[in-house]
Amino acid sequence: MIPFASGFLAISVHLAFGMLGVSMLLGLVRLVRGPSLPDRVVALDLIGTSVVGLIAVHTIAEGEPVFLMAAVVMALIMFLGTVAFAFYVQKGGAP
Amino acid sequence: MTGSIEILAGVLLLVGGSFALIAAVGIVKLPDLFTRMQASTKSATLGVGCTLLAVAVHSGEVGVTTHAVLIAGFLFLTAPVAAHMIARAAYYVGVPLWEGTHIDELHDHRTAAAARSELPGRPPAGEGPQS
Repeated sequence: MIPFASGFLAISVHLAFGMLGVSMLLGLVRLVRGPSLPDRVVALDLIGTSVVGLIAVHTIAEGEPVFLMAAVVMALIMFLGTVAFAFYVQKGGAP
Repeated sequence: MTGSIEILAGVLLLVGGSFALIAAVGIVKLPDLFTRMQASTKSATLGVGCTLLAVAVHSGEVGVTTHAVLIAGFLFLTAPVAAHMIARAAYYVGVPLWEGTHIDELHDHRTAAAARSELPGRPPAGEGPQS
């Protein structure tokens, strides 16, 4: 029972790393291609969310919880950045 | 006990990664800023929330679990606020909607408000959106 569970967790960790990495890359595609500034802000938000997920998966993979602090800061700065961009767009940034 | 916890963490990781991947596919494939935004906000937040829940389940320490739950709660609180603000700003700036959009209640509301404000004798402000 235990070896099967450990193997399943290891495979899940690898798959989650892959899926979150692909999600980050697709967000990068939208960041480059997005026709307007809010598109790019949304893509940046997705990239930041994916980074938080990658930090979480890394915590499980290595058993090393120090980077969770970085995830807290990342989530906070992502929110502040999106709000600042929203103010900038509404104050008259070009779409 | 340990085995079941590991299996639960693995399932949560797979679900979270799948939701994040679906959000990324949606953000590339969908036709419009607002549809893209709902794909990104809801699905990606749920996926990362599942991943953080896996961390909280997997690690037995109180500090790590508290951190993970804290991050998940913070994400779930702030993602709708941020998405609402950026969507509102984009709508007022004039980012085009998808041509298949049926319901635009904010436009009707704004035209009605403009018509009402014209009643006391104010000069007509034009048709375009005024920010």
